[in-house]
Amino acid sequence: MSENHDAARPAVKTAVGPAPDDWGPGRAPDPLSRHRSGTIGTRVSRVDGPLKVRGAATFAAEFRFDGMVYAALAFSTVPKGRITELDTAAAEGAPGVVLVMTYRNAPKITPLPEWYTEGKAVAGDTLPVMQDDRIHWNGQPIAVVLADTQEQADHAASLIRAGYEPEPAVTSFEQAKAAGRHPTFHYGRPLKTEISDAEAALAAAPVKVDEIYRTPFQNHNAIEPHAVTLAWDGDELVVHDASQAVVHTAWSLGYAFGLRQDQVHVSSPYVGGGFGGKSLWSHHILAAAAAKLAGRPVRAALTREGVYRVVGGRTKTEQRVAIGARPDGGFDALVHTGVVAMGRHNTMPPEPFITSTGSLYAARSFTLEVEAAHMDMLANTFMRAPGEAVGSFGLECAIDELADRLGMDPIELRVRNEPERNPTSGLPFSSRHLLEAYRVGAERFGWTERSPRPGTRSEGEWRVGMGVATASHPYIRLPGGEARITLTADGRVIIDVAAHEMGMGTETTTAIVAAERLGLDLDQVTVRQGDSRLPGLIMAGGAQQTAVIGGAVSAAHRALLAVLIELAGHDSPLAGLRPEEVGCVNGGLHKLEDPSRFESYTDILARAGRGEVSVEASGPPPLELTHWSMRSYGAMFCEARVNAVTGETRISRFLGSFDCGRIMNAKTAASQFRGGIIMGLGLALMEETHLDERHGRIMNPNLAEYHVPVHMDVPEIEVMWTDIPDPHSPMGAHGVGEIGITGVGAAVANAVYNATGRRVRDLPITLDKLL
Amino acid sequence: MRPFTYARAADAADAVRLADGGRARYLGGGTNLVDLARETVERPEALVDVTGLSTAIEEIGGGLLIGAAARNAAVAEHRAVRTRYPALARAIVAGASAQIRNMATVGGNILQRTRCAYFYDDGSRCNKRRPEQGCDAIEGFNRGHAVLGASAACVATHPSDMCVALAAFDATVHLRNADGERTLPITDLHRLPGNRPDLDTVLEPGELITAVELPALALAASSAYRKVRDRASYAFALVSVAAAIEVTDGIVSDVRIALGGVAHKPWRAWTAEAALRGGPATAERFRRAAEEELASAVALRHNAFKIELAERTITTVLTDLAGEQP
Repeated sequence: MSENHDAARPAVKTAVGPAPDDWGPGRAPDPLSRHRSGTIGTRVSRVDGPLKVRGAATFAAEFRFDGMVYAALAFSTVPKGRITELDTAAAEGAPGVVLVMTYRNAPKITPLPEWYTEGKAVAGDTLPVMQDDRIHWNGQPIAVVLADTQEQADHAASLIRAGYEPEPAVTSFEQAKAAGRHPTFHYGRPLKTEISDAEAALAAAPVKVDEIYRTPFQNHNAIEPHAVTLAWDGDELVVHDASQAVVHTAWSLGYAFGLRQDQVHVSSPYVGGGFGGKSLWSHHILAAAAAKLAGRPVRAALTREGVYRVVGGRTKTEQRVAIGARPDGGFDALVHTGVVAMGRHNTMPPEPFITSTGSLYAARSFTLEVEAAHMDMLANTFMRAPGEAVGSFGLECAIDELADRLGMDPIELRVRNEPERNPTSGLPFSSRHLLEAYRVGAERFGWTERSPRPGTRSEGEWRVGMGVATASHPYIRLPGGEARITLTADGRVIIDVAAHEMGMGTETTTAIVAAERLGLDLDQVTVRQGDSRLPGLIMAGGAQQTAVIGGAVSAAHRALLAVLIELAGHDSPLAGLRPEEVGCVNGGLHKLEDPSRFESYTDILARAGRGEVSVEASGPPPLELTHWSMRSYGAMFCEARVNAVTGETRISRFLGSFDCGRIMNAKTAASQFRGGIIMGLGLALMEETHLDERHGRIMNPNLAEYHVPVHMDVPEIEVMWTDIPDPHSPMGAHGVGEIGITGVGAAVANAVYNATGRRVRDLPITLDKLL
Repeated sequence: MRPFTYARAADAADAVRLADGGRARYLGGGTNLVDLARETVERPEALVDVTGLSTAIEEIGGGLLIGAAARNAAVAEHRAVRTRYPALARAIVAGASAQIRNMATVGGNILQRTRCAYFYDDGSRCNKRRPEQGCDAIEGFNRGHAVLGASAACVATHPSDMCVALAAFDATVHLRNADGERTLPITDLHRLPGNRPDLDTVLEPGELITAVELPALALAASSAYRKVRDRASYAFALVSVAAAIEVTDGIVSDVRIALGGVAHKPWRAWTAEAALRGGPATAERFRRAAEEELASAVALRHNAFKIELAERTITTVLTDLAGEQP
């Protein structure tokens, strides 16, 4: 199915019964996953679209407080050492300046604990913020200036002069690797898997590849730079943030300033892109501290350079991928190991580039491991399909190289290694239709036109090639999902959930799902999200929000059914029914087996004399993840043109064929897939942070020199999907937010190889590598 | 941003008077100077807005006289430019987004400053920004830097596309200073860095570009501009080539070649032109001439590819142009 081909919808709506208590073994699938008479899966425009088009959706840097002042940051120019001199007199005397805060006058701030080890900490590192004269990375904030206007603050910040006593710093990856490699952990588990003796199997294999693949540092570049507008009200802190974790941020800011979570109110109704970067960074803490010191509300909107200095990005990876195969293509050994650069005080995981390798192919032995080499640099963090985006580059290029060596079509090689169960965990797959995605994608793309011999097709100066790669991203549903459903006397509902609308369409999808579960029209549902005082502890990360919200709303829905049946009482057509026996349709309930026993919500509430009914529930624990291997999949097809004179690469066609459970909103899902693919083209061809390894300074902290694709770099991108529901997930859905970027780097590199015979194993694929 | 004064010039004489021997900076569309002021790389105390000066594009002796305040977009869209100097129109279009072209002036484009990252970064050493401070680019990220005419003090490149076409066409710049007026070939306007990379041009303090003159040049009518860069648009040239060639009976009777992205100034390929004039118009000769032009090139750690890229691009552009000759 594709974005332009809606399935036919029956005219008569059918009722939706309650979802199971949980998604563990023995449970029936969510009835919504097979419900075909509603809006799920159709093309629904964003409910927040008109607001955004009118500029009426308010973002963090657009909120105002009376008496608000503007913050500007000054940054260190050395990677490590002590501040020996900090001249702020000129800045303090500059027009409009209200406060200059440095380590000398900053209030006491408690360093945050490591992410995922304690509480709801969500800060990028565990370092103290402006508490002493120590410098830990090049670009660390050394002063905050508050002034009446942003221009005055920026000017005053430029007048601050600092002197340093530098200390030896590790700012090169080679130096860091030589100093030692350290084990790494992901969600508390070691990033190391060994099954049988893969090295021995590799050595004995008749056909093999064994190569090193490298991916560079990359930085976050959301269209909305990070910003926070906040004010103290006594011991309470009100924060308008650009956040993908409002409750975590409230807890963390509270922790830093010795407050309870409920004393910090974080609101973030709209976010201009998150991508893993919009967690808690030092600008939040500095803004709150400076506001406290100055006694004034503060807006701290980072410049684009400020985002590079303060917010971590994706770290560098060096991956060895080795595959030993039999002549028929079956894998005897799959080795994916390597090292990533990592800050010394990271709270977030390293780049876990092996997380898909253990589930994609039926190898007989595996060695998978990620080690870290520590550098004196800003903490790296989650970024656009962490691990998967770059891990799939190494793995899927190696598959292509092996296919070439075997003289086998790369899709056929994947077919021959398709596992029946997860080959490393042994778990059955909940829903895996990757080969179907390949089949329909290959047919649509015209894969058979690819010449198996590289460098054989030219059009004028352009060499043309096709490449393919597997996309993959884990299904995640972290604990913490809660939601409240409020049904009002007019038969409308409000869904309250502390989730996040970062541009991907969460608000719309939540409304679609709630409307269908409750038998309402879309315009009868209001979704309130992006506020720490709403129910739930939900991070908009790992492409998990839809599943988390879906699980929580389905639990609240069950609770609502019970309340409504009780309210309906003995005089209702529903009298005597159990919640399991009823379903929602046409603004009310009826017995699933007998549609004539119907009563509307408005009638139930009116008779009960209730203005509204409100229920709140937690989503069940994610049992499905302990019983099944759950991932999303895709087949990425690329046609690349490489100029024989200049080495320039242009992508002329791209198709993504996805298997991501049931698609909730064909329109926003297509945008998610396509947006991910565009990011993947950037990863493949141009994105690279220039970290000067002499002194650890980022030299291209701007969109002129840090290249992302521009319109002319983006071809027509076609997306399609299997639309097969996962029987073990809420709504049968999987997240679609991150898979689009995965596999793209390899699909491009494989197409470039097919066009030219040149294998580039070092991203980005710039023209100098192809001359 | 730092405080500055602002005055709007009524005419060229007024502008030169207001500039006060270089105390004030001339402000065109502001697409470069304002950015640099925001970054505190430029710290002008006073600005003289010269966008009110001549924007005319006039016929002059078979050529064109373009007022320095003419917007880049107006030049690129002008019929005479498109038909008689197509490489210039193409260079301008390749040089910036439509929004920038609508703002940027011809004079400002000529005087735009290098995009070297170390020049932009106050935390790095740069001889162009602070003379004698040292250069962090020479041992740093220098993939985009100069391979021709660089010095031990500076390896920056001039970023303009428009100037490459102007250099190929023997344009002259009309200048005005407190003492009067003068003209200068554009190829003599920009400097090589030597030991004074802080000076981009030979302009006197306070001297104003009032116009650019394109001479009558028949072969320019079939000229080409090719820009090679890291993405399809919105990137500075790694190498660019502006060229025009006239072939008579298989012999190169006249040729113009200029390179961008390789030097501290738009690089007129005098050596290659001399090697080609009077010789056969073959791809092999084009390649050898290109190699001769690049013979003096010196690579830094990351930019050695530019030498081969320049040779290949020159060869291909000339081969294509020669193939289109009637």
